[in-house]
Amino acid sequence: MKSNTALQLIAYKIRHHAVTAVYSAASGHPGGSLSIADILSVLYFDEMNVDPSNQKNPDRDRFVLSKGHCAPALYGALAEKGFFPVEDIKTFRKANSYLQGHPDMKGVPGVDMSTGSLGQGICTANGMALAAKLDNKDYRVYTILGDGELEEGQVWEAAMFAAHYKLDNLVAFVDFNGLQIDGDITQVMNPTPIDKKFEAFGWNVITIDAHNYDEIKSALAAAKTVKGKPTVVIAKSVKGKGVSYMENQAAWHGSAPNEEQYNQAASELEAKIKELEATL
Amino acid sequence: MADVKKIATRQSYGDALAALGDEFPIIVLDADLSKSTKTEVFKKKFPDRFINMGIAEANMMSTAAGLASCGKTVFASSFAMFAAGRAFEQVRNSICYPNLNVKIGATHAGISVGEDGATHQCLEDMGIMRTLPNMVIINPADDVEAKAAMRAACEHNGPVYLRFGRLGVPVIFDEATYKFEIGKGVVLSEGTDVTIVATGLMVEMALKAKELLANQGISAEIINIATIKPIDAELISKSATKTGAVVTCEEHNIIGGLGSAVAEVLVENAPVPMDRIGTRDVFGKSGTPAELFKDYGLTPEAIVESAKKVIAKK
Repeated sequence: MKSNTALQLIAYKIRHHAVTAVYSAASGHPGGSLSIADILSVLYFDEMNVDPSNQKNPDRDRFVLSKGHCAPALYGALAEKGFFPVEDIKTFRKANSYLQGHPDMKGVPGVDMSTGSLGQGICTANGMALAAKLDNKDYRVYTILGDGELEEGQVWEAAMFAAHYKLDNLVAFVDFNGLQIDGDITQVMNPTPIDKKFEAFGWNVITIDAHNYDEIKSALAAAKTVKGKPTVVIAKSVKGKGVSYMENQAAWHGSAPNEEQYNQAASELEAKIKELEATL
Repeated sequence: MADVKKIATRQSYGDALAALGDEFPIIVLDADLSKSTKTEVFKKKFPDRFINMGIAEANMMSTAAGLASCGKTVFASSFAMFAAGRAFEQVRNSICYPNLNVKIGATHAGISVGEDGATHQCLEDMGIMRTLPNMVIINPADDVEAKAAMRAACEHNGPVYLRFGRLGVPVIFDEATYKFEIGKGVVLSEGTDVTIVATGLMVEMALKAKELLANQGISAEIINIATIKPIDAELISKSATKTGAVVTCEEHNIIGGLGSAVAEVLVENAPVPMDRIGTRDVFGKSGTPAELFKDYGLTPEAIVESAKKVIAKK
């Protein structure tokens, strides 16, 4: 078990990679990448059974980034985990790079499913969880959805399915940062109340602070004790978390920082990394 | 011909699934249509490997992708309209882009669906599916070919779209001698004046047209194209060069399907006069299959007229 500080340190490195990726590409999605960094850190460094030296192990846990546009954070986590060199992050979205704009399972080591078209990732995660059930295997499947993504009808087809087939080996996080491209989710197309919807669909619902490590860890532990139901963890997050001028700004959903902005973001994140390293 | 055995290729689909289930790690998904798609035959034999998805085709295609990523050979079944139409983008992004081992069993294709009418008569599926990289498309002509295609689909690692019909169609191939290979067309009958390239239930009509043309002193070569993609460009070009005129026959819109695929081959390799038999950019309607074939010009007689037209253009 890694300490919360150690996990937070990794999360800030993931954030640094994500912002570097988007800046290098001059395109990408920093806001939602920054909001899921803590969850990714816990999943890849505390929770999931995945091993860069045995990538295709059929018994490994699976992760699907249903909100595939937040690939910068996923690539950051995979690079930190050792699936590919950290330096490659700078090739993100460039022609001839394997680090495609959205996750590509055929090209990116450690990516279990190609995603990017919203609503489809959670369904593929269901398929993986069902495969585990059919084969009597005990691997678990994790996915992260965006809160705006819940506006896709296909998500609710998947919600019905996972409960109907009692996929208790599935944990879906909702990155509830409250913002989508066109603004506040409650203004664009209100998906709330999210908890009551999933509850009505037959899910085990846990609500947490997406940046609180005790809460992330205990939600994952609680999910394992619930039998016969899939678990959704509604993770209240701050879009742009960790970069002061990006926090809670919908404008940073899908735009890249300029050089000056990047330098500021990098120095803020580096200061936090130093601070965390000092306390370890 | 009255005593010819008729079997709907959807039945062949269900029977083949059940037969192949012992040999391949098949999981069958269906969207509340197992009685119609005949996946119920598989369900009966392998109840634990049959998953009812409810009426949710988009979810079905993406779930199939997840299962396939864990080593399963997945057959996702629905009517062609919903498999290729409603779930197009899931087929594209969840299945074809990662090149996953998902087979789409699309039944009730074409106007031979009959009475249900336009909403259920899919005449666009081959066109839509043909645009997808990694996708193989097979449109079998009868029970023997459908079953052979099912085995080939299981042996092929990657997405395959299999197109089946609701209507009972004559069994025209001999199971003992029939061989199926993905991407290979077959000359069913040699001829010298015109090439008739047919697919699906139009193959039997093309064979009838050959007899009618022979009565008028015209020698037609009949080619069966079951694999719409990848299409057998070599065979088609060779025959077109020999006869100098081509007619395509399909139970599908003339836009996007066999006619388009053959036109693409000919224009690049062997440009000759060509005509297309199929529905002509219109929706279907309710009626018996026989009435609809007549109304939409999918008959041996229409093929004869088309053949004479292209021969005159040589």
